[in-house]
Amino acid sequence: MKEKIYDVAIIGAGAAGMASALEIASTGARVVVIDREPHLGGILLQCIHNGFGLHLFKEELTGPEYAERFISEIKRKDIDILLNSTATRMAVFQTIKQINVCSSEHGVFKVNAKAIVLAMGCRERNRGNLGIPGTRPAGIFTAGLAQRLLNIDGYLPGKRVVIVGSGDIGLIMARRLTWTGAEVLGVVEILPYPSGLTRNIVQCLYDYDIPLYLSHVITKIEGRDRVEAVEVTPLENGIPNQSKSFRIECDTLLFSVGLVPENELTQSAGIKINPETGGPIVDARLMTSAEGVFACGNVLHVHDLVDWVSQEAQLCGKEVVAFLEGKTRDETQGRVSVGANLKYVIPNKYRLKTKNRFSMRALVVQDKATLMIKQGERVVKRLPLRHVKPAEMFHVEIKSEDLDEVYENGEPLPLQFSLE
Amino acid sequence: MNIKEKIYDVAVIGAGCCGASIVRKLSAYDLSVVLLEKCVDIGFGVSKANSGIIHAGFHHPVTSLKARLEIRGNLMFDQLHYELNFPFKRIGIIVAAFSIEEMKTVEHLYAQGIANGVPRLEVCSRERILSLEPQLNPDVVGGLFAPTGGIVEPYRYVFALVESAEKNGVEVKKNFTVWRGVRKEDYWMIESKEGEFVKAKYVVNSAGLYADEVSKAFNAEEFKIIPRKGEEFLLQRNARGLPSHVIFPVPGKHTKGVLVIPTVEGTLMVGPTAEEIEDKEDLSTTYQNLEKVFVQATYMVPKISRREIITSFAGLRPTLPSNDFYIEPSKKQPNFIQVAGIQSPGLTASPAIGEYVKDILKNCGLKLIEKTDYDPYLPKPVKVRELSFEELERLIESDPRYGNIVCRCETVSEAEIIEAIRKGHTTLDGIKFYTRAGMGLCQGAFCSYRILKIIAREVGIPIEKITKRGGDSWIIYKRLQDIDLNQ
Repeated sequence: MKEKIYDVAIIGAGAAGMASALEIASTGARVVVIDREPHLGGILLQCIHNGFGLHLFKEELTGPEYAERFISEIKRKDIDILLNSTATRMAVFQTIKQINVCSSEHGVFKVNAKAIVLAMGCRERNRGNLGIPGTRPAGIFTAGLAQRLLNIDGYLPGKRVVIVGSGDIGLIMARRLTWTGAEVLGVVEILPYPSGLTRNIVQCLYDYDIPLYLSHVITKIEGRDRVEAVEVTPLENGIPNQSKSFRIECDTLLFSVGLVPENELTQSAGIKINPETGGPIVDARLMTSAEGVFACGNVLHVHDLVDWVSQEAQLCGKEVVAFLEGKTRDETQGRVSVGANLKYVIPNKYRLKTKNRFSMRALVVQDKATLMIKQGERVVKRLPLRHVKPAEMFHVEIKSEDLDEVYENGEPLPLQFSLE
Repeated sequence: MNIKEKIYDVAVIGAGCCGASIVRKLSAYDLSVVLLEKCVDIGFGVSKANSGIIHAGFHHPVTSLKARLEIRGNLMFDQLHYELNFPFKRIGIIVAAFSIEEMKTVEHLYAQGIANGVPRLEVCSRERILSLEPQLNPDVVGGLFAPTGGIVEPYRYVFALVESAEKNGVEVKKNFTVWRGVRKEDYWMIESKEGEFVKAKYVVNSAGLYADEVSKAFNAEEFKIIPRKGEEFLLQRNARGLPSHVIFPVPGKHTKGVLVIPTVEGTLMVGPTAEEIEDKEDLSTTYQNLEKVFVQATYMVPKISRREIITSFAGLRPTLPSNDFYIEPSKKQPNFIQVAGIQSPGLTASPAIGEYVKDILKNCGLKLIEKTDYDPYLPKPVKVRELSFEELERLIESDPRYGNIVCRCETVSEAEIIEAIRKGHTTLDGIKFYTRAGMGLCQGAFCSYRILKIIAREVGIPIEKITKRGGDSWIIYKRLQDIDLNQ
């Protein structure tokens, strides 16, 4: 049986995996990055549009350019890279963590490590998850698959396209398909507001006169062999009004209806999942319920900008290093609780002695909101926000001096987040 | 002899579970047999949407042909599984009763089952049934337990039957849509819509939903197949509420009701609905039925969550007004055997139907001489997902393509995809049903492009020619280099 031994094994070589690998390897730890694709960079390589790196590099890059910044640095470092290699199973023992890896080139082997970073990213929700009625013809794709087919493989999936959901990938694909000569006949969004970034609505739809049907749903897919048409129905007071349904004849349907963290491997190791995010529950160190197993990026919670993924992964890398050095072993942490109008707050715990950084999403669309953070009855922070919406994640930092060292049943008081 | 001049002993129309069972049975004898299928692949009609339940045999009265063949078929599955290695497990069936009135029906089912000869059937108290199946709603008052019930993967079952038949000399013609049968001196001339001809001394009509049209095309009996649609919902592996038995409600007048089925591959299926329709191609699903199915399923097993749905699909049961199977020689035409109205428990009965039709053919004068070199066995197909670390290590050493995991959700390797293509499954759906690639959580979002490339390479066709399931179900419109943007 073949075994390889490392300090840290990172599963996934996308934005999260690469940034955490660089952070950890800079301390001299022995790091391996495992990925199923034949290249580093993950999904970034199929995102050939620009808009990446504005926060991290203060310039506008395409996906491959953004990835290249990390890839070139990884290649300069002493980091082992296993490509075309699928992690099929994970087991967590007291001190050692074990991953089964399978590949054509290296066969099947076990990777033993003191710590693991989960950086597998996410997958797209699809037609099946939504239970959209109608037939099941060819011509139904997730937006990401269509993007991959077009940008990497060079195949145009169809010529008359309707896009379901106004997620960012769908919007980007509306423009991309138009450029390739396909006709995009509309984007159908169930919510009264778009789910993608405002800049994408403007640059990808409005600039090309592509209709955006807000508060509309697909009520039927037609076509026996290939998609022939969809029935679109407006929602009135939240209920589809069938008397106002209309048909759009098309041969292709793209779904851009949200992303789900890919945690089947995580669950196979018995790690606890947060039903709100679909990612693992993590403490202030970004460590999952399994000692020594960390998570960052879209596998933890779905981000809307890759810059935030890289940032979270760098932070995660630092935590892994601190863990390997035994610095964070006996730290006191308090619970984070999610209150009104918030979907989730990551991480799920906070620490008293150092700075804390939280990422969160609102459940409401609102101008002039206030983020309230309380420890018991005491207000720790009151942060005014110009505009909040579920599509845009926001962050907050809390300094240790703002926190009281008050305990309840031996634990620090829960830190309560709410949006007013 | 010119191939066009060849006269087969038997032509079987329709490569569903019945047609497949019949040709496999006949392949044990010294006969020339051809299986004719209108679809691009076998099992692509009624059988592919089957719930995959091997019924125990208590649902139908002893007087029916259904009950006889169901019991006999059920008993044959262990031997078939041993010979053909398709996924099959006898996990047992539970009928859950939620009132005293329903318990009366349970008693009736018990009596019916005993009369039919169902082994080890038991009536259960509330305590007994909850200890058997803790996932049941605690409001249950009792029920029926049939340990001989089981589950099977229906497409792998049909594929295995046909593979075994082919191994023993049966020929298979796909894309052969029968439109006319003309009686010549002592044989049938069968013409296809695609313009092909097949001659055969005996013809078996096991054309599923189209058995009525095929019968008409041969000038045989006139009857009408009524499609009864069933919608099903598939939930992910390790779904909450996953029971360890197939759970039935107490049946209604015409249907067995909405079931909760732990599939043989570890996923959870709920359904089917039952709705008589006109259109034999209507495989659409509706919101209303999703609602209905989940209300009924969660009543029996409360933990089932629609958040865990992977996909939904619909199938059509080919029913006759009699509600029984119609298996007999035509009274109007010679050497033409009708196998029609094979709805539930058709899959369970199918091995027995194969045997029964063989006997009918014998009575009609077909000479049956056992082959001396008949080989009933198929090797166990390799599935990377089920291998131990050491087994996989050895396998990859012999063929590195077993190490290339193409479908991450179901852990299917490149070698398994190639195996499916070599066996003649060259559409995306054919490969999906054969290997499970694309059947998991991402529904092909991560593996479709990989599979398309493997098909193109192995079959030697351009990617635009690959289909989802034959016909006009193309997947890729054009390659970028072939697009003229100046047009």
